[in-house]
Amino acid sequence: MMSKIDEANQKAVEKMMKSRPVWVDIGRARDVIPGMKDNLFLHAGPPITWEKMSGPLKGAIIGGLIYEGKAKDVNEAEKLAASGDVEYSPCHHYNAVGPMAGVITPSQMVFIIEDKEWGGHCFSNMNEGYGKVLRYGAYDEEVLNRLRWLDEVYAPVLKEAVNLAGGIDIKTIIAQALHMGDEGHNRNRATTSLFIRSIAPFIVETEWGKKTDYDAPRLDLSNVSGYFKDKKATAAAEVLAFMHSNDLTSLNAIMASCKSMALAAHGIENSTLVTTMARNGTDFGIRVSSTGDKWFTAPANVPDGLYFSGFKSSDANPDIGDSVITETVGIGGFAMAAAPAIVNFIGGKPADAFEATNEMYEITVSENNNFNIPAMDFKGTPTGIDVRKVVEKNIVPRINTGNSP
Amino acid sequence: METLFKSELKVINIGLESFAETLKERGTEVIHVRWQPPAMGDEELLNLLDKLK
Repeated sequence: MMSKIDEANQKAVEKMMKSRPVWVDIGRARDVIPGMKDNLFLHAGPPITWEKMSGPLKGAIIGGLIYEGKAKDVNEAEKLAASGDVEYSPCHHYNAVGPMAGVITPSQMVFIIEDKEWGGHCFSNMNEGYGKVLRYGAYDEEVLNRLRWLDEVYAPVLKEAVNLAGGIDIKTIIAQALHMGDEGHNRNRATTSLFIRSIAPFIVETEWGKKTDYDAPRLDLSNVSGYFKDKKATAAAEVLAFMHSNDLTSLNAIMASCKSMALAAHGIENSTLVTTMARNGTDFGIRVSSTGDKWFTAPANVPDGLYFSGFKSSDANPDIGDSVITETVGIGGFAMAAAPAIVNFIGGKPADAFEATNEMYEITVSENNNFNIPAMDFKGTPTGIDVRKVVEKNIVPRINTGNSP
Repeated sequence: METLFKSELKVINIGLESFAETLKERGTEVIHVRWQPPAMGDEELLNLLDKLK
């Protein structure tokens, strides 16, 4: 006979798996995230004060304050950040998620994901691509200009496109991508390809996308092809070229969709299912279905992985970001067996990927009925972490992450 | 007992992996089963887990 906790966990994981996140719109954070206000900056992970923030998160806050026009330089931004006039809150408190520093400022444009099964909306910002970006704590002019382009060109084009499309089903994209070598967290080549394929016809149909002259930052496409050397690109061409250049294009929408699934499992009485895992660069925090908004925290780990030449783990900041929402719902590190190409990258073998996934069945309560792994006879990914199993078996969740110099 | 030592040794090792490694180095067929005491034997955690059954 199942105990009341086991029954509650089954109910929670079934709600999680039944959730149907669909990307329905894009909007400005202050207009669309309930409770968002002008002096509120959202960040990844559990709650943290300015004083305790790590370098990357502080850098992203500083960049955000300059981007918002609240400070004209770093000194002014640092003073303002520490003054108490800026409020900080986890993205998770607003049903949002952000990769790495995860800073979402009031004027930033965000993906709006609607749960078509259970109702409600989740949010994430636009992905900036690789290299020097705000989410890693960089804030020079190049970074700020890209943010302006994302908010003033990219997001408005995508907004019009997704409205024309009538929504894009993200859950289906994730399920398909697991059959194409992605695990949905670190490897997003397939999810992004499918994402582009779904939205591209509508991007070229938008009025915004047809523009070649507009008062907003431009994306330089001259390095994409000689074709653009003497020709002004349309906004649609800029948007599509950027999406193609960035394998992480789909990640933020996927994360917000995973948040939607995790949210569906939250608040079930007696359930010991983990419904939030997140890091702020200082602490790692979890929340559990039946314990409401209470965070349980411990110091964040330094990732074990491949470092850029000249760097080693002792140079690294502890792990940061809300992207572990993917593992929380059974993809990412839990679906490693679907993405053997990743282990090759860090010198491992496909068998290591299978071992990683197999180990996660030990601490979860279900096999996912939407996400499965072809090479494991289409077995569902391990889904729904039970905190009791983590403690009993002393097996911690496998989490994928990224490094940046 | 006598037959046991005369037949080929096939080992299932549970727990400490170094035992399995030593046997493997000597060419013995061995399957290792990863196992550790629940909650690493921590009594306080075990009591808490008991309450959450």
